[in-house]
Amino acid sequence: MRLSQVWIVASHDLGLLRRRRSITAGLVGFPIAVAVGFPLLVDYLLHRSGAAIPSSLLGGLIDSFSFFFVIGAATIPVGIASYSIVGEKVEKSLEPLLATPTTDGEILLGKTLAALLPTILAVWAGATLFMILMDRVTSKTLGYLYFPNWEMAVILLALAPLVALFAVEASILISSRVSDVRSAQQLSALVFFPFVLLYVLGEIGVVPLDTTNLLYISGALALVVLGLFALSRETFQRDNILTRWQ
Amino acid sequence: MRPGKCVVRSRPPVGGPRPQALEVLFDPAVLRAGPQMIDAEGLTKTFGDLTAVDRVSLRVREGEVFGLLGPNGAGKTTTVRMLTSLISKSSGSATVAGCEVGNARDELRLRRQIGILPENVGLYEAASAYQNLEYFGRLQGLDAATLRGNIERLLRMMELWEKRDLPVGSYSKGMKQKVAIARALVHDPVLLFLDEPTANLDPEAAKTVRDFILELKRERRTIFLNTHHLDEAERICDRVGILRTRLLRVGSPEQLRAELWGNRTLVRFASVSEPLQAALRDRLAPRHLEWQGRTLLVEVRDAERENPEIAEAVLAAGGKLTELSALAPSLEDVYLKLIHEKEPGA
Repeated sequence: MRLSQVWIVASHDLGLLRRRRSITAGLVGFPIAVAVGFPLLVDYLLHRSGAAIPSSLLGGLIDSFSFFFVIGAATIPVGIASYSIVGEKVEKSLEPLLATPTTDGEILLGKTLAALLPTILAVWAGATLFMILMDRVTSKTLGYLYFPNWEMAVILLALAPLVALFAVEASILISSRVSDVRSAQQLSALVFFPFVLLYVLGEIGVVPLDTTNLLYISGALALVVLGLFALSRETFQRDNILTRWQ
Repeated sequence: MRPGKCVVRSRPPVGGPRPQALEVLFDPAVLRAGPQMIDAEGLTKTFGDLTAVDRVSLRVREGEVFGLLGPNGAGKTTTVRMLTSLISKSSGSATVAGCEVGNARDELRLRRQIGILPENVGLYEAASAYQNLEYFGRLQGLDAATLRGNIERLLRMMELWEKRDLPVGSYSKGMKQKVAIARALVHDPVLLFLDEPTANLDPEAAKTVRDFILELKRERRTIFLNTHHLDEAERICDRVGILRTRLLRVGSPEQLRAELWGNRTLVRFASVSEPLQAALRDRLAPRHLEWQGRTLLVEVRDAERENPEIAEAVLAAGGKLTELSALAPSLEDVYLKLIHEKEPGA
């Protein structure tokens, strides 16, 4: 595996993605909406609505909002990966790409990085802003700074990257079966359902989203990601791409 | 050339100075003596129960333009994909530019030595022509200075240099095809595979692309051309192969014409009667005669020697001639004859 070839593929895809407004809008819009929207909501509830929220409940509320960065990590790369692979299918540019002295693995890793890097950077940037703003609006009520904390560390350093990787690999598998970007995005959107379910289970107390459980979930997801990686390697082979992909 | 060793051959760069004494290099005897750039033996590809390419054996010499002709679905693209190591072969063997096809160790080296123009141009429409070429040049491992030089030379040759920064999506079909050919040439490959390079182009754009291929031919580039434009093959190719899952015949257009069709003389009459037909059958025997209304086609070996004899026979038989001319079958005639021929045992 030559990282120089991987980076050429990734940087080219990143360059093309910059030109797609729908992608950049999602990439910037979602983290900003979560990072600014939820602190504003908490600020309103604490300081303007007149409702009295006890400190014990406030922590749970902030944790719930933090989990939205996991859902973001599942949603954002779907659009990028769909364009990255189905876009090539639509433009029929995969064949010339496969004809270059680049291995299937290098192309796959380059495309994975092109979807993964902006997602992780967007999630991290959004989460940083979220933590700063949330600390600002809740520090007086709580009497201490809620962030940084271990839950957020696990979310940002383990769960969100794994979720993003899961979404990219699922998108690659889906992309091999469809022939247009819209279908790929619609099908890939299903990827975020398990994480919404996890969020609901956390909210109703079935699976509390504390540090320990987040670590367990990350471990289990890492195994799923490994399995999906093997499957996507199997799918992304030039013989398959040129003869079996739709 | 030893099998398993990829060999990079020295050749002037695209658009560079042409070698001297070009007529010597294009002498068929010199071409025949040249080393093999493609050497395939029994190449076969099956998809489940379907055999797409069946035991194809062919050789292409360095500096030769070889055309693979065949109807849609004949296996031309599959053959190119196998030869370029894009898809695996089911059986058989091949060496391309000295690299063994299907040998994982040779695969990347093989792709550095060949350029491919696929059937669909497959350009990044949102990117400019320059960016498209730059991407593929970088993937081919060219250093920045060489890459810049190659891109500029190719785009200037294609008369696209002034439009290099416009998105390819805004180009006409002909311009896109030229960019795709430039992409195949950006790393200066020793062997070029062109899959239907003029398909879907208007006549003017097709001529531009054809002229460019002829320019590449003058540069002594080895070209493997897939086409179903027979006039294109006739004008460009040194040799052609006719494929219908199996390779039916290989040879120069002249060889195929002579071998399959022979020469014919066309005789057109003012009127035709049964006694005239019977008299000509006797006088022109043992030549093969074919009547098409008031027109007679006579198979001859040497038109120049035999045509006066035919004219005499016609007049002696009382026929009123309106036209007598030598007919040279086109490659199209050869192609159609082969393609519609029943397979042995069918």
